[in-house]
Amino acid sequence: MSLIEKTATELVSLLNKGEVTSRELTEAFCDRIAEVEGKVKALLYHDRDGALAQAEAVDLSRKSGKPVGKLAGLPIIVKDILCTKGEPTTCASRMLENFKAPYDAHVISLLQNASSVRIARANMDEFAMGSSCENSAFQKTRNPWNLDCVPGGSSGGSAACIAAKEAPLSLGTDTGGSIRQPAGLCGIVGLKPTYGRVSRFGLVAYASSLDQIGPMARTVEDAALLLEVISGHDERDSTCANLPVPEYSKICRAPKKGLRVGVVTDYFGEGLDPEVEAAVREAVRVLESQGAKIVEVRLPTSKYAIPTYYMVATAEASSNLARYDGVHYGYRAKEYSDLIDMYKKTRGEGFGAEVKRRIMLGTLALSAGRRDAFYVKALQVRRLLRNDYDKAFESCDVVLGPTSPSAAFKIGEKSDDPVAMYLSDIYTVATNLAGLPGLSIPCGFTKSGLPIGLQLQGPAFAEETLLQAGYLYQQATDWHTKTPSL
Amino acid sequence: MAFTREQVVKIADLGRLHLTESEIESMSKQLTAILGFFEQLEAIDTEGIEPMAHCLPIQNVFREDEKKPGLPPDEALANAPKRVGDFFSVPPILD
Repeated sequence: MSLIEKTATELVSLLNKGEVTSRELTEAFCDRIAEVEGKVKALLYHDRDGALAQAEAVDLSRKSGKPVGKLAGLPIIVKDILCTKGEPTTCASRMLENFKAPYDAHVISLLQNASSVRIARANMDEFAMGSSCENSAFQKTRNPWNLDCVPGGSSGGSAACIAAKEAPLSLGTDTGGSIRQPAGLCGIVGLKPTYGRVSRFGLVAYASSLDQIGPMARTVEDAALLLEVISGHDERDSTCANLPVPEYSKICRAPKKGLRVGVVTDYFGEGLDPEVEAAVREAVRVLESQGAKIVEVRLPTSKYAIPTYYMVATAEASSNLARYDGVHYGYRAKEYSDLIDMYKKTRGEGFGAEVKRRIMLGTLALSAGRRDAFYVKALQVRRLLRNDYDKAFESCDVVLGPTSPSAAFKIGEKSDDPVAMYLSDIYTVATNLAGLPGLSIPCGFTKSGLPIGLQLQGPAFAEETLLQAGYLYQQATDWHTKTPSL
Repeated sequence: MAFTREQVVKIADLGRLHLTESEIESMSKQLTAILGFFEQLEAIDTEGIEPMAHCLPIQNVFREDEKKPGLPPDEALANAPKRVGDFFSVPPILD
């Protein structure tokens, strides 16, 4: 078995035993990038020499007996929305095409402390707004399982690069499903942590009360390992929880006695593809055969989650994106008549269509006379959504359903119909509104060979339970071991 | 609720977005469709429900008021589209 086929957990063990060097491993993944990137187009930036230099530094530390971090010299790819000092951080936007971050995001510092090797930056929907990666200003990422299909979004590059074996681990961000939906569509594992589990310092803001950074990987254990590295308190993000970080990579393997799984009956209705439904129902049977107790639960407000999400998220986005004014950094229009015209031309030319649509929606939702009917109403429904979850978790430890209503769709299929595109996040947006953790794991394939994702959601800070349930499922199935031929 | 051309222009102005004629046209169609879809929220009874702007049970978070290093001027200005000396340069705002 070649190095790139192995899981992150296996590779860390080989690195720590001295059976492979970080340089050898980094070369292997850089070679893989050179081989398949032309087809997949998952990456916006790849610096082979810079990666090899980082790898050699880890190897040198190890050789000279200095402590080496938990990731032990493992290559990793990060979404191009995480500030990294001196590297381009474009958010896949013309607005930030030439921007180089002046500081490191907290998670980037933690990755460095853990001795990982950053080999590339992943493509995404512009400013994390989208569900297909088609909103990138630079390129359309392809689904490694079918190059005519989207990889999902917004962390489409972070998902596709794992499925294509360009790296063993990646970081994505999730505001309404942007880790879980592409993980599901690309047949990998993606975890959106509880709001506050991971510091958002240095994550370019989209919707600040919803954004979280999370791990993407081939297996539940690998995702647990990366979550363990990036979690924890950071005083530079006042919403980052001051709670201890469990040893997720160990705990995920400990069997959870009497796991209660709540099947969300509201998810199995209109709009759900029958092949996806069949795969998810089979996953319920597998978990039951593994000793889980299955109950049925309701999340009745979830059918209103999409309009609620788009009101809250766009309102926050219209405020957050006010910073792109052509003054401090980023693009500035070449021709304008005065200051206000400079702002308007800069933003009109620098932002893509979906970003402008969301700024318009958010501006509308917060405008005088409409705020109560739109924004405040959505915040009230948000509380009802959270109340639904609290009630559901009285009778179960995790709730289960599909990650997305269908498998990957064709490139271009939904790009002219915003509402159809928004509906691909119908099962994921409520998790963010409620601030809870969610995990997507592979649970089968359609007849045409596209991956299907299973979603587990848990109470706040119950990542351990999600990972244990996911691990239990992977013990009895081999979907996570399947990879596309490229 | 139909979204007129005038409303699109007004909102774009509030959001400081210059839109082309074709963008104004497509935006008024798309916003009408999206808002029509959003109207379903009106059916939910939210009487007396406290709005939830944030999902964490935290209020104010304080830290010690200590002096810490910030970005040096050259680094802070490195990405500026236009700078003059140690300042960001903007078009005149006063006549």
